[in-house]
Amino acid sequence: SHRNNSSIGNLAQVRHVVLVLSGKGGVGKSTLTTELALALRHAGKKVGILDVDLCGPSIPRMLCVGRQDVHQCDAGWVPVYTDAQKSLALMSIGFLLENPDDAVVWRGPKKTALIGQFVSDVAWGELDFLLVDTPPGTSDEHLAVVENLRKHKVDGAILVTTPQAVSTGDVRREITFCKKTGLRILGIVENMSGFVCPHCSECSNIFSKGGGEELAKLSGSPFLGCIPLDPQLSTSVEEGKDFIQAFPESATFSAISHIAQAVLANIAAA
Amino acid sequence: MADVPSDAPEHCPGTSSVEAGKTSACQGCPNQRICASGAARTPDPAIEEIKQKMASVKHKILVLSGKGGVGKSTFSAQLVYGLASDTSTEVALLDVDICGPSIPKMMGLEGEQVVDYSLCSLFQYVEDNLAVMSIGFLLSSPDDAVIWRGPKKNGMIKQFLRDVDWGELDYLIVDTPPGTSDEHLSVVQYLSGAGVDGAIIITTPQELSLQDVRKEIGFCRKVKLPIIGVVENMSGFVCPKCKNTSQIFPPTTGGAEKMCSDMQLPLLGQVPLDPRIGKSCDEGRSFLSLEAESPAAAAFSSIIQSEFMCNQTVL
Repeated sequence: SHRNNSSIGNLAQVRHVVLVLSGKGGVGKSTLTTELALALRHAGKKVGILDVDLCGPSIPRMLCVGRQDVHQCDAGWVPVYTDAQKSLALMSIGFLLENPDDAVVWRGPKKTALIGQFVSDVAWGELDFLLVDTPPGTSDEHLAVVENLRKHKVDGAILVTTPQAVSTGDVRREITFCKKTGLRILGIVENMSGFVCPHCSECSNIFSKGGGEELAKLSGSPFLGCIPLDPQLSTSVEEGKDFIQAFPESATFSAISHIAQAVLANIAAA
Repeated sequence: MADVPSDAPEHCPGTSSVEAGKTSACQGCPNQRICASGAARTPDPAIEEIKQKMASVKHKILVLSGKGGVGKSTFSAQLVYGLASDTSTEVALLDVDICGPSIPKMMGLEGEQVVDYSLCSLFQYVEDNLAVMSIGFLLSSPDDAVIWRGPKKNGMIKQFLRDVDWGELDYLIVDTPPGTSDEHLSVVQYLSGAGVDGAIIITTPQELSLQDVRKEIGFCRKVKLPIIGVVENMSGFVCPKCKNTSQIFPPTTGGAEKMCSDMQLPLLGQVPLDPRIGKSCDEGRSFLSLEAESPAAAAFSSIIQSEFMCNQTVL
């Protein structure tokens, strides 16, 4: 790898770094990372996403960048751009696999080493925001990201949960992780917050109700907002379509915008 | 030699790792030469010890998914509730999700007092014939985080399997975290002597789940772990008011049915979304018993009956 003398070299022109975390799997970290990135891009920002979920990298599919070769330049790896204007950049292990269906069966130390490279050796260039999507848990990947970002200013972490106690139970542990590693908590997002039946408009709380806001109160963290269950959002991320562009009238879009605004405000207030 | 010796540096890959002695963290470690020569990587004696301990366990089944949040723990919980409903069947549920142990809450055992921090007190009983083991029982506060790297998690899993008196069991169900990493490799490795009947793989209908689940299937095939079959969870939602079905997690690429057909695997069943499932899990109660009349409970029961109970009745 082409390591710069200063380990913040490749992050020198990245204005803000935000981690997206959850103790719990399947709550929508990658979905939120993708939608936030798209919302920020629509607001004219230059955004990068670093996907450090090595076992289950979802971001390439969500941004419809599929199979791509990753090239080297003097400063390291060139990220994959989703568009010709280079307004949204991405690095994921998904691009380094010969076959996208290949399992990455690595123990912790090997994951730690690659994440170190991902943090230091991607030539992001100038970015307003670098969002870091993580797998669930409080283990090798999370420690690797935090340790490798030590020399760079990290604005903080967004924690994602669903309303259920089983989810908030795990996210409480992630909050402890943040406190122990000195990561500022930008706020909590409650995803899968109710489902409005498209036929009769009845709202069903499939994954319970209220847990996210309670967790925010309990931990003294800002509550950033709720995102409802929305098959159109699920389909958009499945098919790598820009939900923000396709469904700007939807309640879901409103919810995401509100959260993006809250994140920007929290960062500005720091 | 211990998997992570006491004189090893912070990022020690573990003496039984293929990277032993070769990573940058190994520079300067007193054990580096031994590890690099491969001498430390003899078969772990724990494998044989675990084989002995497990001689009285008739069936060992892993519940896996490449993807998080698809319902592995939920399924594991219903499976053991179902199996243990026959009081002559001895069942244990081992939770190896060390960072996110959900099982104590789902089994109504959250807040159980751990008496003496010995491994035996990690065994908590839901019923006389249904025992649960989870690191969750060692955590004194719901805010306690287990911030461990791979080698330490592996060590815990080895202790769970080797140092516990499992006794006479008909079924040992092992619930896992998502992924294909330390926990999965360790469980498979440490049970390689004792033998695992197979794995049940959980998915939701979305391609985003299936793409991770295909990797898990690849992992199973690579480590020669037989696959019992696939369960598709969150398979549609019936509105309680108007009874119309919505596909909240749409099967844009054919769902588990197509994947199973493509990969020649049995589709064990499809379980619909039901708010009462999450509620039961949050309350630590058996959804299978509480809502026996519901379509979701019927789906769970049908899977359990056809795969495990043969001619016996579940409920």
